[in-house]
Amino acid sequence: MTTARRWIGDHLVLGLGILVLAYTFVPIAIVVLMSFNDSSKSRNVYKFQEFTLENWLHPGQWADGMGSSVWLSIQIAFCATLVATILGTLAAFALTRHRFAGRSAANVIIFLPMASPEIVMGSSLLSLFVAAGFGGSLGFVTILIAHVMFCLSFVIVTVKARLSGLNDNLEQAAMDLYATEAQTFWRVTFPLVLPGIIGAALLSFSLSFDDFIITNLNAGQSVTFPMFVYGANQRGVPMEVNVIGTAMFVISIAIVLGNEVVRRRQAKTLAG
Amino acid sequence: MAALDDVVAPKAKRKLTGYWLILPGAVWLLIFFVVPFYSLVASSLFDPKGSPLTGYDMTFHFQNFWDAIDKYKGQIWRSLWYAGVATLLCLVVGYVLAYAIAFKAGRWKNLMLVLVIAPFFTSFLLRTLSWQLILSDDGWVTSLARSTHFIDLLQVVGLVDGDRLLATQFAVIAGLTYNFLPFMVLPLYASLEKVDPRLIEAAGDLYASPMRGFFKVTFPLSLPGVVAGTLLTFIPAAGDYVNATLLGNTNTRMVGNSIQSLFTSQGDYAAAGALSVILMVIIVAAVMLYVRTAGTEDLV
Repeated sequence: MTTARRWIGDHLVLGLGILVLAYTFVPIAIVVLMSFNDSSKSRNVYKFQEFTLENWLHPGQWADGMGSSVWLSIQIAFCATLVATILGTLAAFALTRHRFAGRSAANVIIFLPMASPEIVMGSSLLSLFVAAGFGGSLGFVTILIAHVMFCLSFVIVTVKARLSGLNDNLEQAAMDLYATEAQTFWRVTFPLVLPGIIGAALLSFSLSFDDFIITNLNAGQSVTFPMFVYGANQRGVPMEVNVIGTAMFVISIAIVLGNEVVRRRQAKTLAG
Repeated sequence: MAALDDVVAPKAKRKLTGYWLILPGAVWLLIFFVVPFYSLVASSLFDPKGSPLTGYDMTFHFQNFWDAIDKYKGQIWRSLWYAGVATLLCLVVGYVLAYAIAFKAGRWKNLMLVLVIAPFFTSFLLRTLSWQLILSDDGWVTSLARSTHFIDLLQVVGLVDGDRLLATQFAVIAGLTYNFLPFMVLPLYASLEKVDPRLIEAAGDLYASPMRGFFKVTFPLSLPGVVAGTLLTFIPAAGDYVNATLLGNTNTRMVGNSIQSLFTSQGDYAAAGALSVILMVIIVAAVMLYVRTAGTEDLV
């Protein structure tokens, strides 16, 4: 009796949890579905009308300004990821491997951007740019500066988690076998931390590609992909935007899975 | 780690290396995160008679704050109310998911964790737009809500006005709940995972019912996660305006809507700055009060 009840209790919670997860995927399923929607008859209603492959097959016929907004977002996300990943990884090494005065202050400053409302960070940055005389030249550079700023914290936290989970046995062993400091770092430490760095870079890329609130305030005349979608909402959203959403999702998941496979293989080699 | 450090480098060099490594990132955050707050506070005290074209005079015009509160108290109040309800809903729904992952998922734990963050990999705006379709007037969610009289209940509570779900306060809160759920689940999971299952078993051995065991042992031990999760959900939700625009109507505008339009379309930097500062002050005050009541210090 009690075991039966216990079984139900266990699986009820798991079932509810899976239900919650499924719920988080409903909107994604709709993004995928809508990427195959033919909306040529009426653009004003956001609903599924007819199946088509047109949106996927003919990027040339995408709505005006969408292609360039996607390209701008990719460029910004790429640059922001590069800068934030490098600076963030260095900082993560400093925070886990080195003791220096001001370390706890640094930890607080790194935590704060993740806990501040975007609208406040965005308007603060805009105030700074305007005060510094860049109010008229908002665009690529100001967006990039903003994106590196909010990606940094996430990179540092991700890489730090990976670093502090590392056992230093292997590094000790390398040193015992007369590896130099540099050799130990590049042959042992760095490959072990790499999955964390890749994870952080992927996170940065999606955060940057997806950001709307901070970007919208600091973009000037530039239009990124999220800004294009937001603007399109007033005129009727072209279904092609969902092609980008779907592609983004598929590519990210592929990278996450690939990263996980590499990590597991690495763990196996180390264990065996 | 300490042992390794001693091997790697002598003390003095070690100290300097740490500084050099953190310097670029720290400088970036100082210039583009900390200094901007100063500019924001400065612009909130500008003479409101200026404009972005003619420039603003710094007149320490504290009246900006009272004007902003007076003019936008509706939006401020709505932001706090919507974010509060959404946070509460996230806590309930997110706790179930986090608990399932921490204690019941077994070997599916990692997969489930990846699935929790997976929604981040599609555009936030596109996912919010999807809710327009889910809650549309002729969709099955709306007809189900009508036939079960759930919509009447929402009407009584005041979350919807007519017999539709889209473009109502309900839709805005539902969107906020959906969008910020992962921010709740991850910290909850992190602290639930640290709970020693033997303690829960011990409660059972001492004849506590599973319910009592949960409320006396598991839940109190997960409080740090509850505090972190509610903050990480409430703060961005209170500043959000995308859900209010895409899923609400003109009467559901939040404070983010006002700040955004004051800055970009109206060009009233003094009022926008004042409103931003007010939002930040309210949030900081709420966080401090909350953390003090909840009694958790190990947040960072």
